[in-house]
Amino acid sequence: MSTFVYMTRCDGCGHCVDICPSDIMHIDETIRRAKNIEPNFCWECYSCVKACPNHAIDVRGYADFAPMGHSVRVRREEEKGTISWKIKFRNGTVKDFVSPITTKPWGKFIPKLADADKPNQGEINSQILYSEPEGLNTNKELPKVEKSSFKKGVYY
Amino acid sequence: MFLINNPFAILSEAVSPIFMQSFVILMITLVVIGTLVDIMHKKNVKYFFENAKKAKLSATKKLTTSERIGVISKTIISDIATTSELGAGKRRVAHVLGMYGTILFWVGSVIMIFCYSNQSSNTPSFWPIIWHVGAIMTVVGGGWFWFFLRVDVYSEAQPWYRIIKADLFVLALIASSLFGLIWSYLQSMNLGDRWDDKVFLVLYIVANLVLFGGVYWSKFAHMFYKPGAAIQKNLAEADGSRDNLPPEADAPKQFGLGITRENPKHY
Repeated sequence: MSTFVYMTRCDGCGHCVDICPSDIMHIDETIRRAKNIEPNFCWECYSCVKACPNHAIDVRGYADFAPMGHSVRVRREEEKGTISWKIKFRNGTVKDFVSPITTKPWGKFIPKLADADKPNQGEINSQILYSEPEGLNTNKELPKVEKSSFKKGVYY
Repeated sequence: MFLINNPFAILSEAVSPIFMQSFVILMITLVVIGTLVDIMHKKNVKYFFENAKKAKLSATKKLTTSERIGVISKTIISDIATTSELGAGKRRVAHVLGMYGTILFWVGSVIMIFCYSNQSSNTPSFWPIIWHVGAIMTVVGGGWFWFFLRVDVYSEAQPWYRIIKADLFVLALIASSLFGLIWSYLQSMNLGDRWDDKVFLVLYIVANLVLFGGVYWSKFAHMFYKPGAAIQKNLAEADGSRDNLPPEADAPKQFGLGITRENPKHY
């Protein structure tokens, strides 16, 4: 799967060129709009899809299932601090997700882990990650998946 | 002051107004032909309507005529007239400057060539001012874009003098306005048989031929496609199909960190 650009939506701002970790989003020399110059090297990280202010970038599925009507699209709203996903499955099921943007400004808020308390064994075994739940901007307890609910025969 | 002189009235001493008017009609014809060939070659309009039809199927709401008119009017004011898709920064200012400059320059040219291009005609000073100011705005907006704001320069770190096919439109536009201005200025100085103004008149004609004759190869036709695409996008947002995009998040203001994006120049 790889990204592609809707040319009528793209205004050639360069955000995708800037953010692509694979350096494969470039500016087309004929129409000065973004394009994926090497789809084989795209690892579908969705960075450009999320960064695009005009929702001009989409990810193309493999030829065997792309015509079946699936879609994965995202809307990033900086002012609200949200990133929303709409997943449309091939069977018509639609799922919407909204998450907080957890990206932090470059070079700031680097956790000083050396100064932090050493985690105890309980914290290490916990499903909660470092800085959670405060880092997610919520004081609610996060949901946990009990090990007993895992499928039999799968070991973690 | 050359700004209030109608350059085409002065030119009519040497060139018949019929030639000038025929030239304008030829340019309009070239734009129409270039755009139609572009549409046939790229099949973009066909794709656009097929896609819009597909999007309609996933609409959650049927828009009434008044709602449609409301969405289209808002699009015309926000997206088309002030190019809101370019955000609130320098790109938008430069684009608006160039866009309105070009419109004033072209409208001024057509009015002066068709209504006031006789030696005896008395041109109201409004039209030459519109023409000159339009040309200056186009040169300033286009030059600003060309030297500083082009994505190749700004985000891809290419040097400003690297010329690619995508520059055909903007360079021809800047050239036609700039050469037109210089020609008008030199002609108003009444240099007699000197070559200066004639050279710039020829350059002005050539720039126009490249601009209007190169529609198929340049991005000239984007000014016809972009408004249509903006209207379709906002109608899709209003009818709930949203091109498969998720709806706007119903979340409190403090939901995330609210990081604002940085300008794309981390090449």
